[in-house]
Amino acid sequence: MGRLPLFPEQASTFAPDVDHLLYYLLAVSVFFTVLIFGAIFYFAIRYRRRSDQELPHVQHGGMVLEILWTVIPFGLTMVMFTWGAKIYFDESRPPVDAVQINVVAKQWMWKLQHMEGKREINELHIPLGRAIRLTMTSEDVIHSFFVPAFRTKQDVVPGKYSTTWFQPTKAGKYHLFCAEYCGTKHSGMIGWIYVMEPQDYANWMRGGATGASLADEGAKLFQDLACGNCHKADNSGRCPSLVGVFGSTVKLSSGGTVKADEAYIRESILQPNAKIVFGYQPVMPTFQGLVTEEGVLQLVEYIKSLGAKPAAAEGAH
Amino acid sequence: MITAAVQEREHYLNASYGIKSWLLTKDHKRIGLLYLATITLFFFLGGAFATLIRVEPLTPQGGLVSSETYNKLFTMHGVAMIFFFLIPSIPATLGNFFLPMMIGARDLAFPRINLLSWYLLVVGGLFALFAMLAGGVDTGWTFYTPYSTTYSNSWVIATALGIFVAGFSSILTGLNFIVTIHRMRAPGMTWFRLPLFVWSMYGTSLIQVLGTPVLAVTIVLLFCERVFQIGIFNPALGGDPVLFQHLFWFYSHPAVYIMILPAMGVISELVSTFSRKPVFGYKFVAFSSMAIAVLGFLVWGHHLFVSTQSVYAGMVFSFLSYFVAIPSAIKVFNWTATLYKGSISYATPMLYAFGFIGLFTIGGLTGLFVASLGIDVHVTDTYFVVAHFHYIMVGGTIMAYLGGVHYWWPKMTGRMYPEIWARLSALIIFLGFNLTFFPQFILGYMGMPRRYHVYPPEFQVLHVLSTAGASVLAVGYAMPMVYFIWSLRYGKLAPANPWGATGLEWKTASPPPLQNFDETPVMTHEAYDYSTVIEEVIEVG
Repeated sequence: MGRLPLFPEQASTFAPDVDHLLYYLLAVSVFFTVLIFGAIFYFAIRYRRRSDQELPHVQHGGMVLEILWTVIPFGLTMVMFTWGAKIYFDESRPPVDAVQINVVAKQWMWKLQHMEGKREINELHIPLGRAIRLTMTSEDVIHSFFVPAFRTKQDVVPGKYSTTWFQPTKAGKYHLFCAEYCGTKHSGMIGWIYVMEPQDYANWMRGGATGASLADEGAKLFQDLACGNCHKADNSGRCPSLVGVFGSTVKLSSGGTVKADEAYIRESILQPNAKIVFGYQPVMPTFQGLVTEEGVLQLVEYIKSLGAKPAAAEGAH
Repeated sequence: MITAAVQEREHYLNASYGIKSWLLTKDHKRIGLLYLATITLFFFLGGAFATLIRVEPLTPQGGLVSSETYNKLFTMHGVAMIFFFLIPSIPATLGNFFLPMMIGARDLAFPRINLLSWYLLVVGGLFALFAMLAGGVDTGWTFYTPYSTTYSNSWVIATALGIFVAGFSSILTGLNFIVTIHRMRAPGMTWFRLPLFVWSMYGTSLIQVLGTPVLAVTIVLLFCERVFQIGIFNPALGGDPVLFQHLFWFYSHPAVYIMILPAMGVISELVSTFSRKPVFGYKFVAFSSMAIAVLGFLVWGHHLFVSTQSVYAGMVFSFLSYFVAIPSAIKVFNWTATLYKGSISYATPMLYAFGFIGLFTIGGLTGLFVASLGIDVHVTDTYFVVAHFHYIMVGGTIMAYLGGVHYWWPKMTGRMYPEIWARLSALIIFLGFNLTFFPQFILGYMGMPRRYHVYPPEFQVLHVLSTAGASVLAVGYAMPMVYFIWSLRYGKLAPANPWGATGLEWKTASPPPLQNFDETPVMTHEAYDYSTVIEEVIEVG
């Protein structure tokens, strides 16, 4: 108590964009508020009723006025639309070289994992100046990943992956809030984003317990779940080889095609019969309940890692 | 008892006595009063929840109630206020009472259905009250899945059924109004002689009839998943949680216009009467009501900008949202222009109308912020949105509702309220409202999420300001309750037309006879022709 903050910090590349749009909206709003309030006060005083017998003149027509106050506001709002849409579009297009981080939300905590294997709960350390891309899902209800200082927010929905990205511009410690009401301890589902100088970040990354990389964890899980029995690298198994699959276009037995992205891999693990690869039988059992959301994300990472390598990656384990 | 003290002549209040004469009445005026009593109860219930919601954030740690209770409080506040107060508010009370009178009819087209619709609201309300007393519901008034269908351990089904039943009340009222407006207009009452309140009720009724069934469907689906585990919304059962949001907002966004369109209608009446001029641009105001009713169905997706809806869908919904903003702007400009060279009275209803225009302007302008994709991503689900929709729903609808109740109170009861107290209440409500909700815009842009029981300490000052405003607001709302009841016995007797208004409802005695008019009125002039009201004329300007 005591401080009266009026404006949030700007700590991402989006923050100034959003704030500039805000200034435009504020300018338009202040103008019309002053106009309407001023007109009401002026008319109310200037034309106050002086006698009970007054009968004002009736004004007829006002077509010019009607057109003016339809067209001018419409023009101003189209600027708001276009400008806002531009920012929104940018927010939906993460750069390809972004640092990838996985987020799994549950009642009432944030679980975050770096590709190198570091895990965090309700805290996220990221390097200054790099674009950060989050792939997010929920284990239970809908949550929402909200960092006010970055001006970004994205719902985290069970059963699917959502993504968001941002590029921090200022080192520091920023609030992470769950913005979608998610039950009893919704207001406790908060955390901190630590934006660190690249050198500090590298030191932080090296320190503490560092597990195997996400792809390696995925490889281990792949082994444990015996996925390799059917998904053989040389394509001799009952199921398609996963080498080079990520990012490719997969032909389906239903006749269509699908781009093999995170969502497709996830679906193929949890609901294998939803899309059958052309030339294969629906023989895979579902892994729903057998593998956690974090496990699925690790498997996805492993399958991604197969794309870059030549065949026979499975043999290594 | 008001009736004993008023004149000897027979009117709708003294035509019959006893509880049965009220509970079995088919008189639209008495049904209007039944609604008035019912929704007033829910208003003060919702207000009690609001008080607790505002007292809690005085400290950031959340010491007054538990998180569980806090979540139930904001849920029940929303349910009581939206489904059992705001949606029925102006249509079911003022509309029920005055729509037939304004078009010169004896009653609504289907008086029995009108009574049935009140009973449906009561039954729905009892379900909701039961849920509240039995332990409450904690899903938020939006019932987002899969929280509401799978994870919440509260009275979701009882509450949802209450809303389901009350929805039919809304549908039947809308249907009744549409038929009445089409079929029961007095001779000479052409469409473009209708008071603008009737136009706005027509638009509202269309939404009620077309939109509310979708809410019913949504509740049935929610019921199927929660009770029978049929997978519709929960991905663990093969459903899609975002589907619920589409269905819910397909009704609930148009429902915003169910709440605000009638308020705009009231304001058109008040601004005209108390500046003694026809509403500027009558046809523009009338058609803007219809435009809002239609366009309101095309913008639901602007509630889903961060929900994983496609980027392109988001752009289309943002674009269309700006279209629906324009008719609202047209109304504000026309009301303001009506004042120009008018004969402006500062009677209480006009003060409420001024308050409405001011607050609705701010509410509408901040709507432009949340319709803009780039801004909305940041402010959605924060206090900014809470402030925005309270400026519309409370600053707009409740100001207009209270303005309307003051305006028509003499007609309804035959008594005048005390003018000084009433003006004071309008002023207190206006100031208290702004102090309550303006800080919430700043809170929201700062990043304070809504529905937070515990919050970081840097937001405390703004929360304290908001709570201080809420206590002023509470005083403002309690005052009319007191002086209206006082006026029933002690208020001055009301003449037939205390304001020099032009509507047909003022051409009959206060309170009106049982049949509304002693003889069927004939409309011989345009709406708002004040030369028919005032004999002695002194021109101004």
